[in-house]
Amino acid sequence: MDLSLSTETVGDRTVVRVGGEIDVYTAPKLREQLVELVNDGSYHLVVDMEGVDFLDSTGLGVLVGGLKRVRAHEGSLRLVCNQERILKIFRITGLTKVFPIHTSVEDAVQATD
Amino acid sequence: MATVELLFSALPEHVRTARLVAAAVARRAGVDEAVLDEVRLAVGEACSRAVSLHAGQGISTPVKVILTEDEKKFSIEVADDAPHPVVAVATAGSAGAAASAARSASGGAPAVAGPDEGEDDMGLAVISGLVDDVEVTAGEFGGLIRMSWPTTVPPVVS
Repeated sequence: MDLSLSTETVGDRTVVRVGGEIDVYTAPKLREQLVELVNDGSYHLVVDMEGVDFLDSTGLGVLVGGLKRVRAHEGSLRLVCNQERILKIFRITGLTKVFPIHTSVEDAVQATD
Repeated sequence: MATVELLFSALPEHVRTARLVAAAVARRAGVDEAVLDEVRLAVGEACSRAVSLHAGQGISTPVKVILTEDEKKFSIEVADDAPHPVVAVATAGSAGAAASAARSASGGAPAVAGPDEGEDDMGLAVISGLVDDVEVTAGEFGGLIRMSWPTTVPPVVS
């Protein structure tokens, strides 16, 4: 399965809905999308990963890269994920301490801390 | 003797194929269903790393994946042909890479280096975190990641 991406603006947040597999082949597509959003002035991103079937370290690297970019503009990058197999990858790499991970897009959009 | 051997051109688009093959063979070998996601992720990480090493060093030979089942365990070996200057053995000690990347991201100021530095190390960190029995070796003729999982149910016979 390939990667699917769509974006939606909710208030001052930009929600990026990701579906499919994020791996060494597809991650560049996600990287391009995040870079494009930041270049266009979207600094508060919510990445909805509920449709993601597979995530590897290449995908993690892209998300960390995205976080660096938005932080350079005082922005934020929040994740939405309820899937245990995806959350496990964030836990074993210690990235749960880096990314705010929410259970719903609504929750992530409203979060301010 | 290997149950299944897979050689693929060192291109990112073939890593998914390696994941699917490894998971299918692992299932037949009797690896617990709950662990198959880990097998899929670990072999993907190992293959991504090998592809990256080949691409980075302009190596045209394929990446080799050897899947072996025996009575009590299922083993995966992923071999690359990238020469490593120092013989390195990394087992459970690679978890610092992700934390390092994370600290860098949390630091606020943009880093001087590329945004996604340390991806390869993060791959090893993921493997180390996922797989209890893992061995990473590297020498002047290439590197090898060997992983194994117990087979808890009888192999599929049909």
